[in-house]
Amino acid sequence: MNELTRMPASEQARLLADREVSARELTAAHLDRIAAVDEQVHAFLHVNERALEVAESIDARRAAGEAVGELAGVPVAIKDVLCTSDMPTTAASRILEGWVPPYDATVVSRLREAGLVPLGKTNMDEFAMGSSTEHSAYGPTRNPWDLERIPGGSGGGSSAAVAAFEAAIALGSDTGGSIRQPAAVTGTVGMKPTYGGVSRYGAIALASSLDQVGPVSRTVLDSAMLHDIIGGHDPRDSTSLTDQWPSFTEAARAGARAEAFKGLRVGVVKQLSGGEGFQAGVTQRFEAALTAMSDAGAEIVEVDAPNFEYAIAAYYLILPAEASSNLAKFDSVRFGLRVTPEGGGTVEDVMSATRAAGFGDEVKRRVILGTYALSAGYYDAYYGSAQKVRTLIQRDFDAAFRQADVLVSPSAPTTAFKLGERVDDPLAMYLNDLTTIPANLAGVPGIALPIGLAPEDGLPVGIQFMAPQRADARLYEVGAALESLLEQAWGHTLISQAPDLSLGEMLAATEGAV
Amino acid sequence: MSESSTADITAEQVAHLAHLARIDLTPEELQRLTGELAQIVHAVEKVTEVATSDIPATSHPVALHNVFRPDVVGATLSTEAALAGAPEHDGSRFKVSAILGEEQ
Amino acid sequence: MAKTDLMDFDKALELFEPVLGFEVHVELSTKTKMFSDAPNIFGAEPNTAITPVCLGLPGSLPVVNEQAVRYSISLGLALGCEIAESSRFARKNYFYPDLAKNYQISQYDEPIAFDGSIEVELEDGTLVTVPIERAHMEEDAGKLTHVGGSTGRIQGAEYSLVDYNRAGVPLVEIVTRPIFGAEHRAPELAKAYVSTIRDLVRALGISDARMERGNLRCDANVSLRPRGQERLGIRTETKNVNSLRSVERAVRYEIQRQAAILAKGGTIVQETRHWHEDTGTTSAGRPKSDADDYRYFPEPDLLPVVPSAELIKELRAALPEQPVAMRRRLKADWGFNDQEFRDIVNAGLLTEVLETTQQGAAAFQARKWWMGEILRIANARDVEPSSLVTPHQVSELIALVESGDLTDRLAREVLEGVIAGEGTPEEIVEARGLKVVSDDGALIAAIDEALAAQPDVLDKIRSGKVQAAGAVIGAVMKAMRGQADAARVRELVLERAGA
Ligand SMILES: [Mg+2]
Ligand SMILES: [Zn+2]
Repeated sequence: MNELTRMPASEQARLLADREVSARELTAAHLDRIAAVDEQVHAFLHVNERALEVAESIDARRAAGEAVGELAGVPVAIKDVLCTSDMPTTAASRILEGWVPPYDATVVSRLREAGLVPLGKTNMDEFAMGSSTEHSAYGPTRNPWDLERIPGGSGGGSSAAVAAFEAAIALGSDTGGSIRQPAAVTGTVGMKPTYGGVSRYGAIALASSLDQVGPVSRTVLDSAMLHDIIGGHDPRDSTSLTDQWPSFTEAARAGARAEAFKGLRVGVVKQLSGGEGFQAGVTQRFEAALTAMSDAGAEIVEVDAPNFEYAIAAYYLILPAEASSNLAKFDSVRFGLRVTPEGGGTVEDVMSATRAAGFGDEVKRRVILGTYALSAGYYDAYYGSAQKVRTLIQRDFDAAFRQADVLVSPSAPTTAFKLGERVDDPLAMYLNDLTTIPANLAGVPGIALPIGLAPEDGLPVGIQFMAPQRADARLYEVGAALESLLEQAWGHTLISQAPDLSLGEMLAATEGAV
Repeated sequence: MSESSTADITAEQVAHLAHLARIDLTPEELQRLTGELAQIVHAVEKVTEVATSDIPATSHPVALHNVFRPDVVGATLSTEAALAGAPEHDGSRFKVSAILGEEQ
Repeated sequence: MAKTDLMDFDKALELFEPVLGFEVHVELSTKTKMFSDAPNIFGAEPNTAITPVCLGLPGSLPVVNEQAVRYSISLGLALGCEIAESSRFARKNYFYPDLAKNYQISQYDEPIAFDGSIEVELEDGTLVTVPIERAHMEEDAGKLTHVGGSTGRIQGAEYSLVDYNRAGVPLVEIVTRPIFGAEHRAPELAKAYVSTIRDLVRALGISDARMERGNLRCDANVSLRPRGQERLGIRTETKNVNSLRSVERAVRYEIQRQAAILAKGGTIVQETRHWHEDTGTTSAGRPKSDADDYRYFPEPDLLPVVPSAELIKELRAALPEQPVAMRRRLKADWGFNDQEFRDIVNAGLLTEVLETTQQGAAAFQARKWWMGEILRIANARDVEPSSLVTPHQVSELIALVESGDLTDRLAREVLEGVIAGEGTPEEIVEARGLKVVSDDGALIAAIDEALAAQPDVLDKIRSGKVQAAGAVIGAVMKAMRGQADAARVRELVLERAGA
């Protein structure tokens, strides 16, 4: 494997700035890596044919002495839920197969303006509904740590791409944990910003009041750098915050240097940190991380958030309800698939046949559930009650943040499970997001980063930090602090332990793909 | 919501929901979904335990109001770009099968 | 299909009390759409005034047009409504190909304005107070064209074409409470109500309110209850009755139709009905059913609208006078008698006459043209007069007559040109060479020629037979191809005879 692809984006950026490497070389290295391993991993649904061209144009701008962004020339993978005007955007659904949007998502425009090189579109659960990427209409993505296991979901393509060194950084979207849970099971980093911190314009909506776009990477600093590029107010998204955000890059750099844990009150959320469904190795690693923070001067406190117990139930009402409405636009009229029933039919027949053929099982399940939750006579009991639970969860967060500066929990209750293990049991699948969902319901930011391998299976375990709304910078600081603390203790990064998939690379090489 | 409500979910009800959602279901899908829906609804009904009348609903995680746009014309899509992804069109308009209904 | 039974109108009113209700949709004349910065324009090439938001493309998001909110509040205030301290948008979910997202962003339980009323004046000056339940903001749908089949109607069409230019145009929907006590004047009240809303939004300057363009659309609810019965009857909702005349006719028709059914012991089906302009009848549409489960929920992509007290104060201060008061004032200002003024109102031309005077024309002239030639042509073609010409064009025409550049006859010819879309009155005068010959020299030359041809005429005039001048005037007008002021020619002929 080319050493360039193993570097974090911050390192790649330094080499580019110092002209030690060109954007073209760097991009070519990543394309080679994709060619070598993606047949096994299947992180990408589409690879950008023009990536080298874009990279060359960045090199030209740099050569001409133009001022370019800090990450200019660094390749980036883009979750297929984000609209790209030069690449198909399908949300991993059959119903959007081959659709090329006539516009870019705001976050994609910002990547382009900053000179990053879009490498391609990453796989995901169809319309971001799932926790394993098994619900992709185009086949699952595999976990680079163990190809028989899931890479998390819905953003398993982005997490796997980063973990498999196919890209140093990627964009994800997180409605109930779709950035953080994949990060947990692939030993990578992912951040769900404060709701409204990053524009949703051009992100195919799953549940509008929960969705946030965010960065995926192998280091906390890389996520911070990417967040600085994509974040900030967008007048095209009414829910976008007008706040002036501090530099997340600086926050991450400060955290890695300073004694961030001195006097920091770290609140362990009782309801999210153990009990039924939590794997022993996850709990063990989580406790070890708490000890490390405590040793570094943190004050560990237990906080009670009694209403978090209702979070999954509220989530699985709010999400399907909003999704059932958001997905109504896939009707075969203006874009996407059209299936005409045998012998023709009315437009209603065509719409119903198209949606039957174009949507996968999980999408159908949630659309029907959401339709039920909103229908006459049920609204108050279901959707209405779920919105009230949301209020209670916000109140629990408010109370918890009076006792603690950051809250922590494992990022996911278990390590990566085997492909196919839970796909037929929707309720078991829904429990994967137990720890991540409360942050979406309350709009608070959450970051997930690796804290070691579970002894029983040797698979990565992640920790999640949460902060009050708008305190995203605090998460980068604390996250970077823990990352450097652990790496000092281990003497290496966690991701360096990942299998290098070189067998595949060798095979690819003999076939002339490298 | 009483415990009994989950048992109330019938195949007819799911068929009606599927019609509202414009998804044709095969008989097998209908049967499977009826069972799954009952199970899921039973699990999520839990919300009614704590959602008492004195608690206000939250529909946006971050409370904002009066987010407006000035009344100024921006860039439009070309007809070509608009129609590019359409399954069928006549060069300027999107084409759909007969509607056989009424206009709303 | 069997001919629908209708009961004689007076008989129907003897047996039943009609109860009315209206939903009027007003398209706002903002520059851009309700939730997108696409232009809000009429008559553009299909699918040119659109953005990803208008097409409901995946990933697109709505943002509220501030001007549309201001217009809606102004309308709410003018309707005497309370303005909500906090108002919210909601999604109304139903599948229809003209609705890009398959949900309409509307307002449900928290409309911007509620609990108002408006005074409506009937033909004889009777005032009726129409109670307003609510006025809410929403977005318009796209436009469907049905192809194949006989009449371009939806039934029997082979396929349909969709143009989303209108999708997302801002609407305010004004919903009345049930209106009681209109009795035999129910049809008249229906027309007067819609006409009042039309005058009001025009005076507010928030809508072009051109019914023939669909800027103003009326759904009329009618129910009957037997005399002495407390409980309301079952109502029908007649959709898209899009001219003042039709509103009146549709309400009358529904009263007669329902009365015939009820008198035979039948029951009214709660349904939407379609108005057919050509036959003057309504036909059954879709019955109300559980398919009307719109699954409303708060629009998560938009935030609440919380109008400040200052904004409401500002908009209230800028309100124009109420339509009834305005009518009284105009009648006095213009010096028309009751009949003259009522005719204008009944023809639905008050706004046109007013706007023509605002462009500088004298009221009697404005009235003469709108109520005369324009109305005559409109009736002959079965269209609304306002669809033929604009007040601005009429005022220009009047100015040309006033300045002596056109005679009435020539002006009528110019009007034809304007209606045919040949340009402004000035341009048509130029292009068709219609200007009055006001050069006395040319006229005198023509008069002398005519006198030379009829030498006895001068003597006749001098001997007191003034009517003999007619022959000369006729000859001169002919020579001038009608483009002379006959009165001036007569003056000149007499001058020469008297000299
Ligand atoms: Mg209505
Ligand atoms: Zn409406």
